[in-house]
Amino acid sequence: MVLVFAEATNGKFKKAAHEVVTYGAKTAAALGTECVALTLGDVTDAGDLGRFGASKVYNLSAPELATFDGSVYTAAIAGAARQLGAKVIILLHNSTGKNLVGRLAARLDAGSVPGANAIPSTDGGFSVRKSVFSGKAIADVSINTDYKVISLSGNSIPVEESGSAVSVESISVDLPAAKTKVLETKRAEGITPLPEAELVVSGGRGLKGPENWGVIQDLADALGATTACSRPVADVGWRPHHEHVGQTGVAIRPNLYIAAGISGAIQHLAGVNSSKTIVVINKDPEAPFFKAADYGVVADLFDVLPRLTEAIKAHKAG
Amino acid sequence: MKMLVCVSKTPETTTKIQLNGDHSDLDYSGVNYIMNPYDEWYALVRALELKEAAGGSVTILNVGPADNDAVIRKGLAIGADDAIRVDATGGGSLFIAKQIAAQAKAGGYDIIWFGKETIDYNGSEVGAMVAELLDVAYVGEASHLEMNGTTATVTRDIEGGIEIVEVSTPFAISAAKGMAEQRIPNMRGIMMAKRKPLNVVAAEDAAATTSVKSYELPPAKTAVKLIDPENMEELVRLLHEEAKVI
Ligand SMILES: Cc1cc2nc3c(=O)[nH]c(=O)nc-3n(C[C@H](O)[C@H](O)[C@H](O)COP(=O)(O)OP(=O)(O)OC[C@H]3O[C@@H](n4cnc5c(N)ncnc54)[C@H](O)[C@@H]3O)c2cc1C
Ligand SMILES: Nc1ncnc2c1ncn2[C@@H]1O[C@H](COP(=O)(O)O)[C@@H](O)[C@H]1O
Repeated sequence: MVLVFAEATNGKFKKAAHEVVTYGAKTAAALGTECVALTLGDVTDAGDLGRFGASKVYNLSAPELATFDGSVYTAAIAGAARQLGAKVIILLHNSTGKNLVGRLAARLDAGSVPGANAIPSTDGGFSVRKSVFSGKAIADVSINTDYKVISLSGNSIPVEESGSAVSVESISVDLPAAKTKVLETKRAEGITPLPEAELVVSGGRGLKGPENWGVIQDLADALGATTACSRPVADVGWRPHHEHVGQTGVAIRPNLYIAAGISGAIQHLAGVNSSKTIVVINKDPEAPFFKAADYGVVADLFDVLPRLTEAIKAHKAG
Repeated sequence: MKMLVCVSKTPETTTKIQLNGDHSDLDYSGVNYIMNPYDEWYALVRALELKEAAGGSVTILNVGPADNDAVIRKGLAIGADDAIRVDATGGGSLFIAKQIAAQAKAGGYDIIWFGKETIDYNGSEVGAMVAELLDVAYVGEASHLEMNGTTATVTRDIEGGIEIVEVSTPFAISAAKGMAEQRIPNMRGIMMAKRKPLNVVAAEDAAATTSVKSYELPPAKTAVKLIDPENMEELVRLLHEEAKVI
């Protein structure tokens, strides 16, 4: 059996949860088994996960699960897996997942693949592909243990509906006391966080200064995109640090990445080269970013961005 | 504060990745190695700052072969007191975590530091594994830490924001950007590092739970399509009709 941990934010599921359930259902199909989903804490509409292929949805509610603690969540997920007889455990490779994959693997003495981006292959064993060396290679990793733990990179597979809503059963597991105490959680309201964004508009040193960011913001607003930046821009404080993408910043794989005034250094590419479509706007035709781009515009970004924004608005207006 | 900083060795970022003949492994000839940046710039430096402020010790730990000694010496040159290398090659994440946990148990450390991930395989899992094996708290992707006696207030990065948590020693933590500022070793540090203890210990038995079956290079990117800057309507049309992303 495949067990998918579907994480809810403030009680609701985002697209990423639908992705990971879709992934779990396809993995279960490849193994000839069923996929069940596990939700923790108070969630609305958990049964809806059935639409993405979960044959059953289990909910574990306990006061200890109200805020995140790695050891409590691990006990909950591993406990549920043992109780249900699930051998493959799948979660998202987001901040929660990164705190859990290692713990689950250690607890279950399992082989793990963090950051997988394709459905596992089951011919001749069990292996999962992930991108390594900053996207410069793909590794097919075999898991050699009975229990298997996989975390799925966001935006790696399309969400697919393959069923209908199911009823939700509760489950109970003994939970330990939390080892961490959450004092405060702060999230920017209203904008899609970078790792989850499908459309991203990003600016680099070519913008010349923070006062010029309006051209980036206007395009992002017209598209409904999230904004990002190169590292030097965050280092000098033109933009907040959570916008910095690349090897030392956030790694993203949106459907569309528009980069303006960014040269395309290897460390920048490391965080963005899994984007499905890349548009580069740079006045230097020799900028290395053009080699990684699908579409390029060789021009002054201050001329091009407002024009692109207008064209997007016209397109949206139909 | 007795601290352990786990450091790994990774190919330098700009390394060109090539595969061997049957794609079962990389072609390692000509690869330059560095200390994993998250371990060096953030975990190690913050540990040193805590030691400078409140006393204690900083021990570097690496699980790897003798070739890794250069990277370990760099950590000593930056300011760690001593180092341990568990002599092993490969083994995978859980194998490495079990080695680290055994050393951590023996040493009785207050804080065990990790980088948020290695930049080669981007596992971001070894720290959480060690925490589970030792049954201690773990905070992943931490960008800020303040100590107050034996309690730490830690900021961790979450999607689109931050979470502030409190943990007590002993705990494990993985460091992300923001935790500290990179330090460049000076001549004196490099000289002193040569005389600092680097203890090599044998690995414990543990199974490899994963292995790489094969590698592949990503498909070559098709040449960029250049769009006339005067014609942004054409770019929008291509994004809509050809790329189908808007
Ligand atoms: C270990 C390490 C890790 C790193 N990690 C990261 C990382 O995570 N993310 C990251 O981004 N960088 C990272 N870097 C830095 C990276 O190497 C580059 O220095 C950085 O990405 C350059 O940022 P940039 O492209 O904004 O600036 P620049 O390289 O200065 O490029 C500016 C570009 O703007 C163009 N331009 C200027 N004016 C205009 C105009 N009016 N119209 C159009 N184009 C214009 C120029 O032609 C140029 O190509 C790292 C470096 C190291 C050593
Ligand atoms: N071979 C190793 N020896 C010591 N520490 C390691 C080793 N591999 C990984 N680590 C530590 O674990 C962190 C996370 O690694 P990973 O889970 O592989 O991304 C690294 O940043 C290091 O701090």
